[in-house]
Amino acid sequence: MSKPVKQIHLAAHFPGVNNTTVWSDPAAGSHIDFSSFVHLAQTAERAKFDFLFLAEGLRLREQNGEIYDLDVVGRPDTFTVLAALAAVTDRLGLAGTINSTFNEPYEVARQFASLDHLSAGRAAWNVVTSWDAFTGENFRRGGFLAQEDRYQRARQFLTAAWELFDSWRGDEIVADKENGVFLRDPNPGRFDHHVSEFDISGRFDVPRSPQGRPVIFQAGDSEAGREFAASAADAIFTRHGTLEAGRAFYADVKGRLSRYGRSHDELKILPGVTFVLGDTDADAQEKAQLIRRQQVSGQTAIRRLEQVWNRDLSAYDPDGRLPEVDPLVGEHTVARGWASVRMHRDPVAVAAEWRALAEAGNLSIRELVIETTGRQTFVGTPDQVAEKLNEFVQTDAADGFILAPHLTPGGLDEFADTVVPLLQERGVFRSEYEGETLRDHLGLAPVRRAAVAS
Amino acid sequence: MPQHPLRENPSHLHLAVALDGAGWHPAAWREHDARPDELFTARYWADLVAEAERGLLDFVTFEDSLSLQSAHPFEPDERTDQVRGRLDAVLTAARVAPLTHRIGLVPTAVVTHTEPFHLSKAIATLDHVSNGRAGIRVKVSGRADEAAHFGRRQAPRLGAEDFDSASGQAVLQELFGEAEEYVEVLRRLWDSWEDDAEIRDVATGRFIDRAKLHYIDFEGSRFSVRGPSITPRPPQGQPVVAALAHRDEPYRLIGRSADLGFVTPRDTGHARQIVSEIREAQAAAGRADETVHVFGDLVVFLDEDPGAAAECKARLDRKAGATHTSDAGVFTGTPAELADLLQEWQQAGLSGFRLRPGALPYDLEQITRGLVPELQRRGIFRASYEASTLRGLLGLPRPANRYAAAAAAALV
Ligand SMILES: Cc1cc2nc3c(=O)[nH]c(=O)nc-3n(C[C@H](O)[C@H](O)[C@H](O)COP(=O)(O)O)c2cc1C
Repeated sequence: MSKPVKQIHLAAHFPGVNNTTVWSDPAAGSHIDFSSFVHLAQTAERAKFDFLFLAEGLRLREQNGEIYDLDVVGRPDTFTVLAALAAVTDRLGLAGTINSTFNEPYEVARQFASLDHLSAGRAAWNVVTSWDAFTGENFRRGGFLAQEDRYQRARQFLTAAWELFDSWRGDEIVADKENGVFLRDPNPGRFDHHVSEFDISGRFDVPRSPQGRPVIFQAGDSEAGREFAASAADAIFTRHGTLEAGRAFYADVKGRLSRYGRSHDELKILPGVTFVLGDTDADAQEKAQLIRRQQVSGQTAIRRLEQVWNRDLSAYDPDGRLPEVDPLVGEHTVARGWASVRMHRDPVAVAAEWRALAEAGNLSIRELVIETTGRQTFVGTPDQVAEKLNEFVQTDAADGFILAPHLTPGGLDEFADTVVPLLQERGVFRSEYEGETLRDHLGLAPVRRAAVAS
Repeated sequence: MPQHPLRENPSHLHLAVALDGAGWHPAAWREHDARPDELFTARYWADLVAEAERGLLDFVTFEDSLSLQSAHPFEPDERTDQVRGRLDAVLTAARVAPLTHRIGLVPTAVVTHTEPFHLSKAIATLDHVSNGRAGIRVKVSGRADEAAHFGRRQAPRLGAEDFDSASGQAVLQELFGEAEEYVEVLRRLWDSWEDDAEIRDVATGRFIDRAKLHYIDFEGSRFSVRGPSITPRPPQGQPVVAALAHRDEPYRLIGRSADLGFVTPRDTGHARQIVSEIREAQAAAGRADETVHVFGDLVVFLDEDPGAAAECKARLDRKAGATHTSDAGVFTGTPAELADLLQEWQQAGLSGFRLRPGALPYDLEQITRGLVPELQRRGIFRASYEASTLRGLLGLPRPANRYAAAAAAALV
């Protein structure tokens, strides 16, 4: 029996505050004006995308003790922008990254439940766990955690939030004017939650929202992160953007689901990817090369290198050779506020690998950084890109993609106009929204209330 | 230097409406035109704010708290005959922002259990998505049940009668002192980016001029916040900060920290006394030359037919099984009678009013279609929106950035 053809899920990542985003292009617009968000959201909705995605970081990044100024800096508040976008879209899912370390469950649960009501069932929550003391300085609670405690807090946070979401069944409000009965139940919203991170009880004040609770995303790659996703998430936002790495990651996390009594389809794997389109393959490759040089200037290359080396390398020539000196191991002091910096778990090994690459290809620092961090995931004609996307999905390297355009806000326009129709022609992407809620778009079953605490 | 205040017609009064559930009367949801089954939909709120905007009101407020509504002021109840449940006010305001164009949007937020860093960027963003129409009403929480929802601190079990005791005074001082620090952090974070910090200088590769971003380094007695904000300075520079006050501690908060106070006078003399208390606090804080609005709050039941509003309220009281009273005065009468009262109170130094419609949408429409034309006929209310920001409508200048001003002063 042949495998059924999978449907692709697509999402639009509002361009982030990293060097993927090319702000120096004359076509690059504001990252703050609401009109930019409207443009991207309406483009995504016109193309029948599943959702729009917002990342978040709660402290401006610093390098060498100064606020980092080479990339886009600044972004609006996630909840507020998503609620406003609900007014200018009808079906598009609205996914926000919200940290579980610098928030409390009661407040976040009422914000997501409110967003879900105000968008008629389109809310999603990317639960991230950044924990550092650097970010904690912006919060009255301080509240940073030891690295190893952050997923425990995230798990407890999510469990507490679920208890709050489930504290209203959904049938309490009768609003019977004649008989003066607003509520059928005198005591909705009751909760009682006592664990090491949260000692909370009382009455939740937002009635059950259309989706019951927001769609849950996880973005993180550690063992603990994968386990967290397998136990609790509806989708994973991953960085694994190659076919091989994607397949390995996909098999790994899907393989963990049965331990939690969950089926293969209950967790969607969505890598964050970039793309460049051209009229011909050569044209696309040329454009991609140009964009990479915009993304990785000489200055940026040195800064990226410092993030691995954990040393001030400003004396190095970006067009020269890699440093002989090894990275400083231990606490990261040069670059602060980057989730990606923490990804380099073994900087000495990374440095060795980069040196070997540079050696083999006779690459300068800048060329090396372009090679290792700057490669777009999909480059080609619309037809080639459509084919490649489909291959990733049909061969289980992904269930879909979170597309990060390099231009704000128009960077998705061409994709929407050219690639999406080709996917629709192939019968692997919807031509119309079939459901109302984000869970519908993602093919997730409606949420059942969690069983009473086990 | 702050810009010169916009020229205001001193005889004009400002008018806001406080939105909450189906209206301020607990039985309002049972009125024939009430929409109690739509309270949790965006359309309901969009319709109300659109109506308020048609009436050229300065702004609407959105009530909020961190607990279910209750007939008891300090504890939850188990009543089933009143509206229970609410949507987050900041998100509701953001949801209606793109659907409106001139009216100010002032959600309520509890400061006792929340993070000033989060609220600051949320209100800055509300200001960005509304092109300069955001405000925030800060509210303290002394309730034990709200504290238990967060599990981070204990709240003493107090009743209203305890507030004059020494321990009650201490609690109020703690709550409002903390609120003052909180507002200071909001304001510093809003200024932590200078207006022209984003430079996009392609030649040097710099997106921002980092000299125009500022650590706020707030060190209070209760918490510290480093900054800068992650969100650039909002269009108004400083969104409007408001607070509701019934007594001395909160009057001081308004005088020291707010742009706008909502107060609940019993009569003209009381109004005069409240205004002078606030002005004293304002002067003591060195803000005598700044505009601080004091608005009178009133619950209103209105009808063109004499007697009909009182009848309506009596009918609602019967349904509720009790005479509705409120922290604010309760007015029943015709729009013209209300206009008389507002003019009288205006003489006591109130610059505007926040009306709490007894029932929605009825009393809101009486305000926009009855009271507003009446005030216009008397020449004391705008005939069209004269500004595109909330500060503009309130005659507040766009303030200079405290850090830019400090940097400029250092150069001299
Ligand atoms: C694709 C991806 C996107 C992420 N986006 C964010 C983000 O927007 N904000 C944030 O604070 N952390 C973000 N993170 C960081 C993760 O939440 C997490 O803190 C980090 O990856 C470390 O977790 P791990 O040890 O499980 O990998 C992201 C991680 C990944 C892999």
